[in-house]
Amino acid sequence: MSTVYEQLGGEAAMNAAVDVFYRRVLADAYIKRFFDGVDMQMQSNKQKAFLTMVTGGPNNYTGKDMREGHKRLVHDMGLNGAHFDHVVCHLRSTLAELGVKEDLIKTVIDVAESTRNDVLDR
Amino acid sequence: MPTIVYEERAYACEAGESVLDCLMRYGVLLPSSCQNGVCQTCMMHAIDGDIPEEAQKGLKDTLKIQGYFLACVCKPDDDMEIRQADTEGRLHEGAVSALDRLNASVVRLRLRPKNPLPYQAGQFINLIHQNVIRSYSVASLPQEGELELHIKLVPDGRMSSWVHQELQVDDPIAFYGPAGDCFYVPGNRDQPLLLVGTGTGLAPLYGILRDAISQGHTGAIHLFHGSLHLDGLYMVDVLQQLAADHDNIRYTPCVLHGDAPAGGAVGSIDDVVLRAIPDLAGWRAYLCGDPEIVRKLQGRVFLAGAAMQEIYADAFTFTPH
Repeated sequence: MSTVYEQLGGEAAMNAAVDVFYRRVLADAYIKRFFDGVDMQMQSNKQKAFLTMVTGGPNNYTGKDMREGHKRLVHDMGLNGAHFDHVVCHLRSTLAELGVKEDLIKTVIDVAESTRNDVLDR
Repeated sequence: MPTIVYEERAYACEAGESVLDCLMRYGVLLPSSCQNGVCQTCMMHAIDGDIPEEAQKGLKDTLKIQGYFLACVCKPDDDMEIRQADTEGRLHEGAVSALDRLNASVVRLRLRPKNPLPYQAGQFINLIHQNVIRSYSVASLPQEGELELHIKLVPDGRMSSWVHQELQVDDPIAFYGPAGDCFYVPGNRDQPLLLVGTGTGLAPLYGILRDAISQGHTGAIHLFHGSLHLDGLYMVDVLQQLAADHDNIRYTPCVLHGDAPAGGAVGSIDDVVLRAIPDLAGWRAYLCGDPEIVRKLQGRVFLAGAAMQEIYADAFTFTPH
């Protein structure tokens, strides 16, 4: 059984996938403030690594990476569960746009959800 | 067993071992993060040797061509010589061949290097004057045999004051370089190209534009050059002529305030660009000049549909002396 990562087309498809995802995130007035002043190329690379991980691709992101990476956003900028929910929604939309079926979207979202406590430093 | 040479030391790489792991085994810790060829933290530069294809996956064209690769997924079959990704090139010497005024605040400096210097139009060099080093983008094409820089006089600027007030034709001049990832890459001659520059951001774009044409680019090339006022623009005639001579070139000079040249626009350059081309899907964009404007353009160009991999941003940062 192949992973969603493989189904999407593996590494070659990740560039297109992350563009779709990142555009949705940046177009969302409720969460785009967390990306102000961030180097877009570097951020895009991180989103790509995140997408790779949640779709079952090769990765070595640890919970600690997610926690450390978002701490400042949580404690200085007020990042909370609602913002996380928005990002998860954009992930669903991205996968749907790329033709991933409902049941497989759920498996990806389950992985994304498992990072909630790390991202929000809970 | 391939040998990796790094900072003049040789490291024996085991079969199937990555460059990152090899050096780590010897106690050399290169920066890294995801360890999977995705985040690009471990990017290095190959001075010599073949780079396995795996190790360049996901890198922009201009980085691949220059020999950049990802150390965490680079498992070489043969010897390689590598270095850090941010070293800025060798020392070169030359002499000033021409100094002209392009407008009230910008001088065109042309210099002839002592030895031929391979570079891509749009890269930059680091000019040296006493203990001051400043980056300037190259506006010339390699086949010209000379390097052309556009240097704006900056208030109390040590380098720009020297160039504007003291430097003479035939004076010796030295620099490091070339470096930079903002240049034309052949292989997609139909792709529409967006070139947007503010102030002396025109310099690399002028090089890239002529480089594209000289390499037979047939896709649309739309150049936007912006400044606060008309007096900040330059080479307007030259660019209008280029647009007249080539069907696929469009040139739009743009001013924030006051009158624009014929065929130009008034307004914020990002508004002007997005009004003219609201859908940038499939375009490659080169954005050069004022950092805030470049950053804003990057965001808007991306949201308008240009792929992240196709956006080349070169922010001209001022060095406070």
